[in-house]
Amino acid sequence: MNDVILRARGVRKRFGATEVLKGIDLDVRSGEVLCVIGPSGSGKSTLLRCFNHLEQIDAGRVWMDGELIGYEQHGPSGHVLRERRPRDIRRQRERIGMVFQRFHLFPHRTAVQNVMEGPVAVKGLSRVQAEKQARELLDHVGLADRADHYPGQLSGGQQQRVAIARALAMEPALMLFDEPTSALDPELVGEVLGVMRDLARSGMTMVVVTHEMGFAREVADRVLFMDQGAVVEAGTPELLFTDPRHERTRAFLSTVL
Amino acid sequence: MTHRKMPGAALGAAPAAATTDAIPPEEDLSLQVTRRPRPGRWLAVLAAALFAVWLAYTVIVNPNLHWDIVAKYQFDGVILKGLGVTIQLTLVSMALGIVIGVLVAVMQLSDSPVLRLTAGAYTWFFRGTPLLVQLIFWFNLALLFPVISIGVPFDGPKLISWQSNQVITGFVAALLGLSINEGAYMAEIVRAGIQSVDPGQREAGASIGMSNRQILSRIILPQAMRVIIPPFGNQFISMLKTTSLVSVIAGADLMTVSQHLYLANFEVVALLLVASLWYLVLTTIASIGQHAVERRYSPGAAPPLRRRVLANLVPGRARKEATA
Repeated sequence: MNDVILRARGVRKRFGATEVLKGIDLDVRSGEVLCVIGPSGSGKSTLLRCFNHLEQIDAGRVWMDGELIGYEQHGPSGHVLRERRPRDIRRQRERIGMVFQRFHLFPHRTAVQNVMEGPVAVKGLSRVQAEKQARELLDHVGLADRADHYPGQLSGGQQQRVAIARALAMEPALMLFDEPTSALDPELVGEVLGVMRDLARSGMTMVVVTHEMGFAREVADRVLFMDQGAVVEAGTPELLFTDPRHERTRAFLSTVL
Repeated sequence: MTHRKMPGAALGAAPAAATTDAIPPEEDLSLQVTRRPRPGRWLAVLAAALFAVWLAYTVIVNPNLHWDIVAKYQFDGVILKGLGVTIQLTLVSMALGIVIGVLVAVMQLSDSPVLRLTAGAYTWFFRGTPLLVQLIFWFNLALLFPVISIGVPFDGPKLISWQSNQVITGFVAALLGLSINEGAYMAEIVRAGIQSVDPGQREAGASIGMSNRQILSRIILPQAMRVIIPPFGNQFISMLKTTSLVSVIAGADLMTVSQHLYLANFEVVALLLVASLWYLVLTTIASIGQHAVERRYSPGAAPPLRRRVLANLVPGRARKEATA
């Protein structure tokens, strides 16, 4: 198997009195598709947001390519974590694409402008170059003819595909998907999953928080089941879906399958 | 809706018929919908119109209102100069007010409690005291600080210094007072605008590696404009008239010069009317502008079609896009 690109150890996160992540250990290998499943409130989305430092963690470490995400270690034994400079956090986020449940496209920009935004504002690409790249990406997600539409003129499925193109425009090494089809009408889910399937086939490393068990079973290299802020079990889709070892996994699967 | 306009459907015929709930023959169902007559409303309209005509008549033919004086001064050089100052004061103090407002709004939304407290104290003080008091205070700044200087604070060495009385003219005091006061109001308007934008937008910007400043200027503020523009328009129109307050500190604006004129010739009402007519002209123009800008930024606004139309009309641009 390939090298580990993302590594998490002992990640803890609390919101007020409730601990939503209770020490998560996780490895994602380069080129791998990891699907994270579990009941709502199990901490899946929060974990994902810790990977690109949208959430600050309370304990533990997350490394990407051996570099600590969001923090630098201080003190004689490296026990003290201090948040990195904003510039460094931005550099790290550039390499991690994220797709949100509710798309979060920029409503005042057309589809192609949404995709261009990162390359122009962050990478300093010329508008001509960025637009060329953006139109190619939109073509890849099947939206070449919608490039000049505003998000408000697009269906949910189309918006989410633009959002995927926007994340890909930064040429990330890792893509995070936070329940990308949960806000979609049922008939629009397929087109988004199709784009994600193509992306997985092209070798992109992906962590997908999802309720789409069919997608997880078909596309994932590994599936990870979370419950109450902890990883209950992980394994290949065949193993986890057909022969779960834990009672909690079995109970969850029986409600969603 | 369309039924009412239907040709051939005699509007007068329906009320004449006796009221009935019986179902008419099928082919008649689409025929006509008429308005229920409302005699009370007609009475009210008539009364209001009569009152308006009577009021206008008494004012216009009033021998104590010297229309010849009004006509003489409406385009007088002194008045026009004052009008210029009023416009200048409004534009500059609104511009400064926006700069201060954005700055203070961002401070109010910052993570730092010190910045939040500083910004809060600013809006608290300048919204909490009368503008008139603030204007008189700035005009009399010399009483508190006779000398203004740039250098090391706390009695350190000074690089440059001025006599306050020379620097703080009526115009400067007016600008200081108006813009610092306006900044406090704008801060609240901008803050509300920023907070109206979905927090997901900030996260989306952050996730592609944008800096906080880029997120603010490229993502948040353009969307906040929708919420900011309408109250900003009100502030602008209000500012056009609020500038008249600076007449108490010899601000040389429209109101000040009108006052100087009527103190000399005792044509108080005529000159107030001259000033009022100009204020009405200014606010009318501003209202039209406000409507245009609001339509541009309204939530359901059509995307800027104009740009695409332009691109098709201008040959150079179309060619450039074709080759891109």
